[in-house]
Amino acid sequence: MFDDRTPIYQQIAARLKQDILDGTLAEGDQVMSTNQYATYYRINPATAAKGVHQLVEEGVLHKRRGLGMYVTEGAREKLLAQRRDRFFTEMVEPMAAEASLIGVPLADVVRHLEELENQKRRMR
Amino acid sequence: MNPGTSVHEQPENLVEVDDLRVSYGDVTALEGVSLTLEANKIYGLIGRNGSGKTSLLSVLAAFRRADAGTVRVEGRDPYEDADIVSRVCLIRESGDLPAAKIRQIIGLYRELRPNWDQELADRLLRRFDLPAGRNVSKLSRGMKSAFGCLLGLASRAPLTMFDESYLGMDAPARYIFIEELLRDYVEYPRTFIVSTHLIEEFGRLFEEVLIVDKGRLIVHDTVDSLRERGVSISGPAELVDRFAMGLDVLGEQVLGPTKQVTVYSHPTDDLRRQAKAAGLELGTLPLQDLFVHLTTRPERNPS
Repeated sequence: MFDDRTPIYQQIAARLKQDILDGTLAEGDQVMSTNQYATYYRINPATAAKGVHQLVEEGVLHKRRGLGMYVTEGAREKLLAQRRDRFFTEMVEPMAAEASLIGVPLADVVRHLEELENQKRRMR
Repeated sequence: MNPGTSVHEQPENLVEVDDLRVSYGDVTALEGVSLTLEANKIYGLIGRNGSGKTSLLSVLAAFRRADAGTVRVEGRDPYEDADIVSRVCLIRESGDLPAAKIRQIIGLYRELRPNWDQELADRLLRRFDLPAGRNVSKLSRGMKSAFGCLLGLASRAPLTMFDESYLGMDAPARYIFIEELLRDYVEYPRTFIVSTHLIEEFGRLFEEVLIVDKGRLIVHDTVDSLRERGVSISGPAELVDRFAMGLDVLGEQVLGPTKQVTVYSHPTDDLRRQAKAAGLELGTLPLQDLFVHLTTRPERNPS
């Protein structure tokens, strides 16, 4: 369920973000309690709380007193913006570096991506 | 803490140990151990065989007396505390139980333990598949261990300690133990100390980790911070050496022109940037590797 390379609270936070991005959790939805997280994933409740707290700080979740944690309105847009910011530095640039290292021209990369896109269009 | 105001208040720290020494004849099991444990957290106690884990737990449970230093559990010396059994429960590895039927021992605990939960005990009997009518001396090692886990959980003592209690239990039984411990902990928060060397499997259960080595406490940290502190640096030998200078190096490996060193330090973003700029690779160390490195390094020069 979790890998041993990054702190588990960061993995909890990443998982929650993914759930919000792909719509599993909608804005206004209630999030599992940290105790539910703890028993479900067999992790320390403090670890789960730390992951949830990170998302509160980022303005993605908010607490309703006595009720629990909820997904904030506008959370999805915020996460999309975050991902777009990182997309070029974290995904495109390493790919371009690898392409140049192994001698794949960028034009080939672009052509490949366009072909994939065309295939997808024909499938629809 | 102000001693004048603490009399009627619950001590904020459940366990306070200062400069503890435990020895058996000429052999020193623990030396200069000081630690403070807050209430309602799950602690992992990690160490190699013979490192002093059991001695520490035995002192906290009043199974034996400190040879020097002070020990306080809920503000009292456990060894002088007639009521200790209602507050502290230590389950030692299998083989520590009287030769009686499971049902009889449960009856004994029910009388002895003020917070005993029979419902939980019944559920664990079922989940661990334990035969209540069988004599403990006839149980397999794994079953004895599982029964010990049952007794420790159902006792619901404010300070509950498991000393390698999982020995001989198979993976499904260990998973049940971890699951039931967490389930009961979130409902009835209390303090657990779980000693183990299965740090990968139990690591995520812990909030904080204590590592003892050769009778000394060498690490007391949160699991997350510990996980971030074990870093490997690899690249061309010369660059790696220059980079690792001044860092706490735990170990090194050379493979042809490349070298990998393991350092014990919290990598700052700055350090990460520098490493990247120098063309070095930074990696995180699994907890188990970090534990092995920390407990196998040669004695450091006191210079």
